[in-house]
Amino acid sequence: MSTVATARPIARPRSGGGALSVGVATGYLSVIVLLPLAALAWRSLEGGWSTFWAAITDPQAVAALQVTLLLSLAIVAINAVVGTAIAWVLVRDSFRGKSLLNMVIDLPFALPTIVAGLTLLALYGPRGPLGVNVAYTRTAVLLALLFVTLPFVVRTVQPVLLELDRELEDAAASLGAGRTAVFRHVIFPNLFPAILSGVALAFARAVGEFGAVVLISGNIPFDTEVASVYIFGQIESDNVTGAAAVSVLLLAISFAALLGIGGIRRWATRHDG
Amino acid sequence: MGRYVLRFVAIGYVGALLLVPLGIVFKRAFADGFGPAWDAVTTPAALHAFWLTILIALIAVPANTVFGVLCALAIVRQRFRGHGLVNSAVDLPLALSPVVVGLALLLLYGREGWFGSWLFDHDIRVIFALPSMVLATIFVSLPFVVREVVPVLREIGDEQEQAASTLGASSWQQFWRITLPAIRWGVAYGVVLTTARCLGEFGAVSVVSGRIAGRTETMTTHVGERFEAFDLVGAYAASVVLALLAMSTLLLMTMFQPKEENAR
Repeated sequence: MSTVATARPIARPRSGGGALSVGVATGYLSVIVLLPLAALAWRSLEGGWSTFWAAITDPQAVAALQVTLLLSLAIVAINAVVGTAIAWVLVRDSFRGKSLLNMVIDLPFALPTIVAGLTLLALYGPRGPLGVNVAYTRTAVLLALLFVTLPFVVRTVQPVLLELDRELEDAAASLGAGRTAVFRHVIFPNLFPAILSGVALAFARAVGEFGAVVLISGNIPFDTEVASVYIFGQIESDNVTGAAAVSVLLLAISFAALLGIGGIRRWATRHDG
Repeated sequence: MGRYVLRFVAIGYVGALLLVPLGIVFKRAFADGFGPAWDAVTTPAALHAFWLTILIALIAVPANTVFGVLCALAIVRQRFRGHGLVNSAVDLPLALSPVVVGLALLLLYGREGWFGSWLFDHDIRVIFALPSMVLATIFVSLPFVVREVVPVLREIGDEQEQAASTLGASSWQQFWRITLPAIRWGVAYGVVLTTARCLGEFGAVSVVSGRIAGRTETMTTHVGERFEAFDLVGAYAASVVLALLAMSTLLLMTMFQPKEENAR
């Protein structure tokens, strides 16, 4: 941590403008972000620990959380492989239409999630032109989550791959390393931290995704209902305390993922050489 | 050989997941010709949803832009108590489900919320009305400008400003003449990302707005409502409008993208 602190170019005496920026930043964040979250945490614990526990161990909630975690882990695995492959193609390959492919990668960031869900339903739903109908199954939820998480790994790996010194690979190859050996021992260790941050972001996103999933999943309890949809249902049926408890748990999970991966990343960068 | 396999995988994956489905939405929206699609997006409810979405973005984007620049300045240039907290709190919206954001606002401003009874007594409507929708949108789109401006500020350092300061420039002059011109592309890219997020917000707004057609429906909740009402042409046509907005955003993103992310 101390290395991070000393790397920051600060230590200028605080001017009038500085006090303004600090005041606005903390005030705005407190009102917009922290105050609502405090209300959420408060409400989840209002009935005491036993109420909280009962809410998060409700069988339907547990099932929803299990599906969410299971699918999010699948998202991590698929994105780690395909995301890295796409980044590789974007950096190392050259063909007509590559810049278009590069641009399209960001589409899930720009396209509203509800449109993403509807879009997948049009191809993979009932009356789709392929004759495949996965609507209202876990496969559909997986597809929706893959859609919205596509850019994360590509966009974290791509800049690292661009910076990567190709002479290292040539040197390894000239010393007799095969292509797999070059990838495993030269390229992969360099990409690993970037892949980790990418999948962490994808995981956090997948755990909380709502818009893309809500139309295509059918929201069948104990089957395709994910955590965010479960929370939405509980709000609609006026079980706000239960919704708050599951929300706090969900928040803890995605935050832990981000923190944990941050830790591994720091460890990996410190040990890479 | 391996190269062609990878290329095929990359294009195939992106095509099957993004492009082909989106193409079908366009095709379905205009299945009965241009007329029905146009009628579907010009119903009073659709038009109201469209203008409400624009209005919310017009409030949320400037608010988050001003905050974003100031917050980035605070994070990079200032030492203060709670520095670490501010730095992590900015990323919180990225780790939160939009539904959870909506619920948190409900528990603050709703009937049973902390401020609920005070607001009710003073006849101020926040939940199921514009203010909560704006707050929800600001919440979810908050990190983008900060995250784009922070690295730029780190990179440019503050020597130029110190020089200006020794020459007698006020901190206001330093900001307008030196800092802002230096970070403008970062700000522009952040604004584009913020706008995309604002126009596309669905989950948080769904929870706090009550989705009343012609009153508190945004473009995205309108798409959901049309779909649930089995009006597929309406849902697809409104989706096409949103998709076109998204594509213009993409073009802007490509223009403003920081150089190191551009594939050569």
